[in-house]
Amino acid sequence: MAMNTLKSPFNIPNGRCIEGKWHKNRYKIQKELGRGANGVVYLAEWKGRKVAVKISDNHLTITSETNVLKALSKAQGIALGPSLLDVDDWEIGSRKFSFYAMEYIEGEHFLQFIKRKGMVWLDILILQLLSDLQSLHERGWIFGDLKPDNLIVTPLPVKIRCIDVGGTTAIGRSIKEFTEFFDRGYWGLGSRRAEPSYDLFSVAMIIVNAYYPDRFPKKIGGIQQLQKMIVQKNGLHKYEPILLRALTGKYHQAKEMRLDLLTFGQKKIKKNQPSRPLKAKVPSNPPQSKQKRTAGWLETIFIFLIISLFYSLYIFGQIG
Amino acid sequence: MKQGTIKQILLITDGCSNEGEDPVAMAALAKEQGVTVNVIGVMKNDTIDEQGMKEIESIAEQGGGVSQVVYTEMLSQTVQMVTRKAMTQTLQGVVNRELKQILGSETEMEDLPPEKRGEVFEVVEELNDTVNLDVLILVDTSASMKYKLPTVKEALLDLSLSLNARTGNNRFSVFVFPGKKQFVNKLMDWTPNLDTLPSIFSKLSSGGMTPTGPAIKEALRHFTKKRSIRGLLTANGDEYFEESV
Repeated sequence: MAMNTLKSPFNIPNGRCIEGKWHKNRYKIQKELGRGANGVVYLAEWKGRKVAVKISDNHLTITSETNVLKALSKAQGIALGPSLLDVDDWEIGSRKFSFYAMEYIEGEHFLQFIKRKGMVWLDILILQLLSDLQSLHERGWIFGDLKPDNLIVTPLPVKIRCIDVGGTTAIGRSIKEFTEFFDRGYWGLGSRRAEPSYDLFSVAMIIVNAYYPDRFPKKIGGIQQLQKMIVQKNGLHKYEPILLRALTGKYHQAKEMRLDLLTFGQKKIKKNQPSRPLKAKVPSNPPQSKQKRTAGWLETIFIFLIISLFYSLYIFGQIG
Repeated sequence: MKQGTIKQILLITDGCSNEGEDPVAMAALAKEQGVTVNVIGVMKNDTIDEQGMKEIESIAEQGGGVSQVVYTEMLSQTVQMVTRKAMTQTLQGVVNRELKQILGSETEMEDLPPEKRGEVFEVVEELNDTVNLDVLILVDTSASMKYKLPTVKEALLDLSLSLNARTGNNRFSVFVFPGKKQFVNKLMDWTPNLDTLPSIFSKLSSGGMTPTGPAIKEALRHFTKKRSIRGLLTANGDEYFEESV
């Protein structure tokens, strides 16, 4: 984010060691990974292992984010965000910094990955994201600042991960951090209260962003502008029904959107294979199949009668 | 804990004051009265001169608030970030005072080990969402700000959207300076949301002088006036946050 702060920014040179005041862990800084309004993330080495270290001169930011990371790691298994390794302070001269060390997630940025590997991956990654969001929401959290910049795709197995949990907010509170393009409040399509539909709006905008890599500015705003942008874009058009539902807050749970995206994917397959739709429709519509069956009987009787007719004609000819 | 009200002045300007009292002194006065002063500097041609920069920083520093300098396009996001940061800062001050009472004279949140700090921060976050907030927005409408005013308006609507997602109550009031006859004009009295912000906002006549100091002074008076009236209705309802930070 190109935010210009008045507070003097800090730079930690590569190769420098920082040592925690409380836990005495030493981290050797290797390179800067990213810089935001609330701190800098470095790649560092700790006990021969690669870790990411976020450093800030505002200890509140660090405390807030580590609280979220701790809450997320309480439920083991699915890890949407990085796992937390250490929280500490670093004092150098008169300056005081707070930092936390976390798992270093190595991968490619979301949009870059799709650009390189093709749009076929978009659906897959979004499906992965939606199931992760479902479990995050079930645990009482909303991701908040969901955008491609915060998503990393790890190679083999290809898995989407979130690297910045700074915007994660407890359900019911007001969203802590957001980015305009992915914020429903900005588009005039809802409040900034943390609820699952807030994240699902952002997911829809991530799909839009995949087709509009440069994004687009708000003009009239509202659903009219977004719908227009969706309809007029090749490839994106086909997502229209799902996107509209997500953008207008019709999905209350991530799994509803996920299911729609899944069945929608299957529909696409049907279109390509015209021999299948009849078969696929049968189980979903039992009364119709009964009619079909009686029609089948009539057909059999009809054929039987015709054959009998020809046969009797043949017999008649033989006799004659 | 008694439910209190956080009081903030949000100054949106693009440069140096050149009229009336020293704005830094007025910010100090505000802080003494329990009102935090935050400043957002809106960049002009991608820069703000050194002197303006220094003033913006000093006003916020002295007023116990937060300052940030931004490009016009980034305004919406910044306005809400600055307001929130300042709230957290104020609440942290309150919590620190409580800590000192419980744990002894020199204990602040930063002195606690990180694990304990996390638990204390939960309290700050909880308060952040539930506390009542009064924000008086003070907009510089001097000539150089003129074409930025539509963006300022949008940013303020956005701010009210963000803050109204909280559980606590909000009240906003908008003042502009320089006014037509006085230093400052009141555009909107206390209101729970800014949807009604008048459209004349962007058509305001703008003069050459920038009386930032007198504007802060007047804003402060508006707070006290309101408090004395409310004081009659709810006795000492919001004494809690009065001396914050």
